[in-house]
Amino acid sequence: MTIGLGHYLTVAAILFVFGIFGIFLNRKNVIIILMSVELILLAVNINLVAFSTFLHDMVGQVFAMFVLTVAAAEAAIGLAILVIYFRTRGSIAVEDINQMKG
Amino acid sequence: MTGDLPTLVPVLPEIILAVGAMVLLMLGVFQGDKSYNQITSLSVILLIAAGVVMFTQVGGERQLTFGGMFVTDAFAVFAKTLVFVGSGIALLMSGRFMQDHKIGRFEFPILVLLATVGMMLMISANNLMSVYVGLELQSLSLYVLAAMNRDRSRSTEAGLKYFVLGALSSGMLLYGISLIYGFAGTTDFDMLATTLKGLHEPALGITVGMVFLLAGLCFKVSAVPFHMWTPDVYEGAPTPVTAFFAAAPKIAALALFVRAMVGAFPAMTGEWQQVVVFVSIASMLVGAFIALVQTNIKRLMAYSSIGHVGFALVGLAAGTQQGVEALLVYIAIYLTMTLGAFAAILSMRRSEGMVEDISDLAGLSQTNLPMAIGIATLMFSLAGIPLLAGFFGKWYVFKAAVDAGLVPLAVIGLVTSVVSCYYYLRIIKIMFFDEPAPAFEGGQGKAVSLVVGVAAVLNSPVSFLLISPLVAAAAWAAGSLLF
Repeated sequence: MTIGLGHYLTVAAILFVFGIFGIFLNRKNVIIILMSVELILLAVNINLVAFSTFLHDMVGQVFAMFVLTVAAAEAAIGLAILVIYFRTRGSIAVEDINQMKG
Repeated sequence: MTGDLPTLVPVLPEIILAVGAMVLLMLGVFQGDKSYNQITSLSVILLIAAGVVMFTQVGGERQLTFGGMFVTDAFAVFAKTLVFVGSGIALLMSGRFMQDHKIGRFEFPILVLLATVGMMLMISANNLMSVYVGLELQSLSLYVLAAMNRDRSRSTEAGLKYFVLGALSSGMLLYGISLIYGFAGTTDFDMLATTLKGLHEPALGITVGMVFLLAGLCFKVSAVPFHMWTPDVYEGAPTPVTAFFAAAPKIAALALFVRAMVGAFPAMTGEWQQVVVFVSIASMLVGAFIALVQTNIKRLMAYSSIGHVGFALVGLAAGTQQGVEALLVYIAIYLTMTLGAFAAILSMRRSEGMVEDISDLAGLSQTNLPMAIGIATLMFSLAGIPLLAGFFGKWYVFKAAVDAGLVPLAVIGLVTSVVSCYYYLRIIKIMFFDEPAPAFEGGQGKAVSLVVGVAAVLNSPVSFLLISPLVAAAAWAAGSLLF
């Protein structure tokens, strides 16, 4: 069996769904949400690189580089916000993030 | 092309702002937080300079640069002007509040400038790659701004919620982009449009990708069902930051929405129109009904802004040039209303600190009549009472929808507009007929009262004089998009 575009897309789709579910089903820890976000971006990168190879077009790989860079910046800002959140509240449990409602 | 420098003239305003922001950052680092006022003024000057350069050097001609990734045209000039006004006024209003709350850090104006650069890139994006980079530059700055008051748990909670949901929406947007790229073979808007026109029926992957892209964009304009973050972020973030959120980023995201749909997917109008109609109806309903039970005025303004995005999207749902023109008129009027309303919220200050409950406005007409009249004008305009500016905006979008054959959409819009009158008029009733609450302290600075005054005058029947130039400008801007 040769591994073709469809296989890559399937893996990426599965990772993407894992990422989405990781954000919505997780009730424990904000760090897990950050990991799920990374999973989503990873799925996108797999998609982009697979399409790029399949189409013989470099744009997808350049795009993947941009996504990697921005993902790093995003993770840095996310962790920074998490740190100040922990300093004011002393917890990073998801169910405690409920000061504002309605 | 390879090896040559791209033409830099069309991006001059962005370059000025980006380089200027970095120079100011150095200045701030060397001088410390005492330079807050100086850097805020310099930032406003930079915004004005970028605006002047945009009008004198770039102009409304359609120009492409960076290999077609960046486009500037009349539409971009119109939207960027609104963004400059939104960012500049939000900066001018912030000074006193930030220092009162001991968050007058020099990073604040610099983050606003960087977010503005991101918004300009979004408005001028002509490629899915520049869409993503512009969007992230804007979003990353906004996450930090929401959590600006880092010692107050509500502000950090707002930042955290905004970050998590924003990152999720960027992920969905990107996944959609990757599918569009894979199935259409390009990320360039113009090439996408030609490729899609050539196809008899677009591949399923393109349709799915476009829906993901729409979901991501809906999040950025805070349209229902992706609005969950808006009330919490508006309530938790410091008020000047909320004023900024409600004005400039919303306009940039709506402009990007229009350009992506009209510029890249004109061949699939039937498909995206359904989604936009649904989103717009849902936003108008949520904006009208959930706002009825709010007691916090910032939360109320969040639902109000969700409703207004719904009204603006009615114009896009029409899918015609007239619809886009109506949307542009609407967001220009919305900008004046929302900045005025937030300036009024910024003036709600007592000796114990800022107050944010609607009941705190009670009897304002007896303690501060000019302010009460100003707020009342803005509320009437937000409600869309005839003769005021807000009415014209609604009239244009509904007319565009009716002309495009979307009569049910216009009817739902009218009904929700009437429902939403209730909570705007309730504020006026509380201000004029309730027992007075203790008076507000003055001293929010001249800028805040000036913004309330100017916004109220612009929204009063004086708008009769201004509406025809505004419509002409919007027509000029909408005409530069390829229909």
